[in-house]
Amino acid sequence: MPQVIIANRLTDGRVVFLADGDAWASSVNDARVEEPGAGADELLSIAQRLEAQQQVVGAELIDVSVDGGEILPTKPREAIRATGPTNRPDLGKQAGNE
Amino acid sequence: MYRYDEFDRKLVTERAEQFGRQVEHRLSGKLSEEQFRPLRLMNGLYLQLHAYMLRINVPYGVLSSTQMRKLADIGRKYDKGYGHLTTRQNMQFNWIKLEETPDLLRELASVEMHGIQSSGNCIRNTTADEHAGVAADEVEDPRVYCEIIRQWSTLHPEFSFLPRKFKIAVTGSPHDRAAVKVHDIGLILDRDSSGHPIFEVIVGGGLGRTPFIGKTIREELPPSELLAYLEAILRVYNRFGRRDNKYKARIKVLVHETGAEEFRRLVDEEYANLKGGSLDVPQDEIDRIDAYFAPPDYAELPDECAALDAKMGENADFAEWVDQNVACHKQPGYAIANISVKMPGHAPGDLSSDQMDALADLADRFSFGEMRVTHRQNIVFTDVRKDELYGLWQDLVKLELAAANLNLIGDVICCPGLDYCALANARSIPVAEDITKRFADLKRQKEIGPLELNMSGCINACGHHHVGNIGILGVDKKGEELYQLTLGGCSHEDASLGVRTGPGFTVDDIGPAIETVLDTYVELREHGEEFIDTYRRVGMDPFKEKLYAAR
Repeated sequence: MPQVIIANRLTDGRVVFLADGDAWASSVNDARVEEPGAGADELLSIAQRLEAQQQVVGAELIDVSVDGGEILPTKPREAIRATGPTNRPDLGKQAGNE
Repeated sequence: MYRYDEFDRKLVTERAEQFGRQVEHRLSGKLSEEQFRPLRLMNGLYLQLHAYMLRINVPYGVLSSTQMRKLADIGRKYDKGYGHLTTRQNMQFNWIKLEETPDLLRELASVEMHGIQSSGNCIRNTTADEHAGVAADEVEDPRVYCEIIRQWSTLHPEFSFLPRKFKIAVTGSPHDRAAVKVHDIGLILDRDSSGHPIFEVIVGGGLGRTPFIGKTIREELPPSELLAYLEAILRVYNRFGRRDNKYKARIKVLVHETGAEEFRRLVDEEYANLKGGSLDVPQDEIDRIDAYFAPPDYAELPDECAALDAKMGENADFAEWVDQNVACHKQPGYAIANISVKMPGHAPGDLSSDQMDALADLADRFSFGEMRVTHRQNIVFTDVRKDELYGLWQDLVKLELAAANLNLIGDVICCPGLDYCALANARSIPVAEDITKRFADLKRQKEIGPLELNMSGCINACGHHHVGNIGILGVDKKGEELYQLTLGGCSHEDASLGVRTGPGFTVDDIGPAIETVLDTYVELREHGEEFIDTYRRVGMDPFKEKLYAAR
């Protein structure tokens, strides 16, 4: 299953995803996707380097599915982190204000 | 209520400044996350799913209108315009930015508030009966002793790194509204045969992965010996509590594995060294602190209130609210107004900043500027004139805080669950919202009668599911949220732990399963029985049969 890196930004704790060019993206759809193995290992190594630079906290690989260009975390926990609280569609990334 | 002295003020202000410097060091990279984590937790700052979460102590649930206004302000300025009442009578905010926490803590310190010891393996906020000081059935006011415990336990050097967290609850009424039997230490204030105040000391209760009802290890402890005895218990726990396995580190496991008798012996041995020493609480110190909790300036009123009776006759909705949410007060002509923060379809215990501000104004108008946070995630105005209840209720209706569902199925305890919490395995708020919508009809709620439904999104049991008459526990089974059901729990003086019905239910099936349980109860109940009575009489089998018959 394809994987992306998820983390919390150090300064404000907001959820971010590792994108191309060592950048952090707010939307999972902008995340850099790699297959498990060498590609995912490289993602993790970049994330750990950036975490050591105090950019983020708790960087980890998560499984995603890619459907028509849309990236969806497969587990409920990461799906909620990528969107926001399911009881409050007015909050979080799903509300477009994160 | 208690007001900070110079020592308290200095301590909290200095801690805010110290944490500000620690945040600076973290942001600059001088501190790693591993080094910083215990420091932020000591100040109540967690990192959750979406952001940092700050838990702010409300000592034994007592909150002034000034403090509530500040919380409203913090919700607007540093969060997303709302806060969440917790089962430890605290308030937490879900969208905090690390870089803003030093300013936030300075603002909190200005109203005598902080997050110190709201996390970590230390003595947490002591909780109390939300009707303390005003309940008609109260024997002795527990707030003075809660404050003494707060002062003793705050930054106690010996107990800052306990094997696990430690929670104390105190009640002074025969009807236990503070769930004292499921705390690490539960204290019940009573009077001895000579009329002097005494504590029954209960140890080793708790919920979580391994729930236990606490055991009484001291029947009659004089208040002057309270701190020495608590210190003795904590010393025994600190020495013998397991540090090798966090799941076995709470005092309840130690008491269970040691046996209550042997545990009592160990405590008594330690206590013999402490008794009569510097931890003795002199009566003049008890009196000094007690003075902070002197009754407000009550008017001399008759207990009968014709104006209230007339309004109840005129307005059925108001009468329903009084009937369900208003409790008897010690003082003639006054009442205790329980304000449900459980509107159908809303997250239990969530208050918007606008509601907080409005509650602060109402507390000033109707309840001497004070309110309480309850462990059932509601608010209490303790001192409302009976002839002003109607005015209060009218304003609560406008605020959508007039649900007449206290202690009914709509009054669900619910943790934040997987929508916010990094520990959770399943969502809890949407399930609670579904159940409260499903049973929104007040007539039906009243027909079902008194019922406590408690829900947690993981085994840590912040939602007290083990002691709900009906408990729901969310679990993760192979990536799917599943909800286990327990029946027969109770958190009061006749405390009991719920028993699991059997296999769990999906998110779509849990609501109908609750319907089945309640239909079964209504069919089986005898005259005057509440749900818990019927369950205790008939046992699990009839419920189990109905729940799983179709499977």
